[in-house]
Amino acid sequence: MFAYDFMRTAFLAGLIVSIVVGPIGYFMVLRREIFAGHALSHIGFAGATGAILFGLNPIWGLLTLTVTGGVVMGRLGDRVRQRDVAIGIVLALSLGLGTLFLHFYTSYARQGTALLFGNVLGITPEALVILAVLGALSLIALGVIARPLLAVSLDPDMAESKGVSPALMAMLFLAIVAVAVAEAVQVVGILLLLSLLIAPPAAAARLTCRIWFAVLLSIPLALLVTWGGITAAYLTDWPVSFWISALAALLYLISRLLPSFLLDGARKAA
Amino acid sequence: MNSEAGSTVPAIMLEGVTLRRNGHVVLDRVDFSIRQGEFIGVLGPNGAGKSTLFRAILGLLPEVTGNIQVFGARPRKADRLIGYLPQMRADLLDADIRAWDFVASAQHPSRWGLPIYRGADKREIDEAICLVEGEHLAQRPLSALSGGERQRLLLAQALLGNPRLLLLDEPLVSLDPRHQANVVALIKGIQKRRSVTVLFTSHEINPLLGALDRVLYLGGGQAAIGAVNDIVTGPVLSRLYGMPIEVVHTAGHYFVVSAESGVAAESGAHHVCL
Ligand SMILES: Nc1ncnc2c1ncn2[C@@H]1O[C@H](COP(=O)(O)OP(=O)(O)O)[C@@H](O)[C@H]1O
Ligand SMILES: [Mg+2]
Repeated sequence: MFAYDFMRTAFLAGLIVSIVVGPIGYFMVLRREIFAGHALSHIGFAGATGAILFGLNPIWGLLTLTVTGGVVMGRLGDRVRQRDVAIGIVLALSLGLGTLFLHFYTSYARQGTALLFGNVLGITPEALVILAVLGALSLIALGVIARPLLAVSLDPDMAESKGVSPALMAMLFLAIVAVAVAEAVQVVGILLLLSLLIAPPAAAARLTCRIWFAVLLSIPLALLVTWGGITAAYLTDWPVSFWISALAALLYLISRLLPSFLLDGARKAA
Repeated sequence: MNSEAGSTVPAIMLEGVTLRRNGHVVLDRVDFSIRQGEFIGVLGPNGAGKSTLFRAILGLLPEVTGNIQVFGARPRKADRLIGYLPQMRADLLDADIRAWDFVASAQHPSRWGLPIYRGADKREIDEAICLVEGEHLAQRPLSALSGGERQRLLLAQALLGNPRLLLLDEPLVSLDPRHQANVVALIKGIQKRRSVTVLFTSHEINPLLGALDRVLYLGGGQAAIGAVNDIVTGPVLSRLYGMPIEVVHTAGHYFVVSAESGVAAESGAHHVCL
């Protein structure tokens, strides 16, 4: 299957996206910003379809709106209940807008499907370069804010007392998530994005409570899901996104069935 | 009400301080001063402003008028001198994170970059965990620890950086009496060994009786500071609670009761429905 260019590109894209999504997803799970990540992908849908409407590369529309959305959500503060209502409404509105934009350009329905369900087999070499550059930038940004972000995620009051601004961290982190979302959408699409973003880090956190280990472990687990999904799709001719979501669910299920913190050695974890 | 602090500057000094939250006055023109090395029990009913006072001392409260000084400086300048144990939010601490990593996350959190702990930094984290007698917890995930065990880790976090002042917000909440006594003894030991100033909020005074030097009692926007015998009395508490209060002192314990209904006034039960 490596005889085809598009397959090699797909595997490379899967590699890049896994490296990016693993660590960023770990912090999303830790911060319980899963819903925010889900919403960002839908906001990105409006951005991408809007860009198509104006004849632009959808990735730029996607990126512009997800990053804007991330910053705004960060500003909404940490009152989760109010915030989730606002996010939910914007999520639905974005999907509606995206549908409207697609309606104006019915000939682009295929692109709409690609956005919703992903099209990893259709990634061009140029898109691969964009993926790599954006991925590197978002990981570098995550590395720069990792220390205050970790502190604020675990204990915001304590972190604030030592000069970390929880609001600033929320904004910066969601902007980084927005880039990761824009990346992952290329592979699994908007509707199935969560499986790739959440399952590998959540499984990693079940397997080890050591933060560093879990962050790094998220990457091979994400890779298992993406590469496994592409391979299974090649063999069965079923959609890649289906396989990715199925493998992600399976991975998480297995991690729940195994004894918790298995990789930390035998110890009681009641 | 108390003699001057002597040669050293007070750990905390408030002059004519008013604290507000969303415009609502929590403390109204309060004055007091706390000497270095004192162990102060901060008491008062729910909503009296104990946590708000801590935020003001940390310089995190936007609505402050009057003069607050921490070791002679304005609050934010004293950041590094303060160890803060926030009132526990149980949901927050239910993470699949190793206890050691959790304590470590409180070390220099405002620095940019990756959280890597080596050499002296690593030893300091180990030492803080040792001080709270948490070595056996260090490798376990937070999600598998009890409330009291998590409180000890929060205390270890507060001890990082060898602070001169500990602000401990309700470290006894959700602990049974035996564990309460352990935590108080632990903190008292650390206070003596490191000669730090401790402000310790609690719903109940009795677990603190053996440890505290003075009490700071908050209520009705007012504050009263002094020896337990002078503050935990019917007249003073009646003024702070804004209702008739009787204090029963028996068998080495204080019981604060509403004079009208006989209900225990502490633990927030001072609200009487007719
Ligand atoms: N985040 C907040 N925003 C607005 N008001 C608050 C907030 N937290 C506390 N308050 C109000 O400030 C007052 C003092 O609260 P607090 O300092 O938490 O009391 P205590 O710690 O003594 O129970 C209460 O009236 C409370 O309703
Ligand atoms: Mg409080």
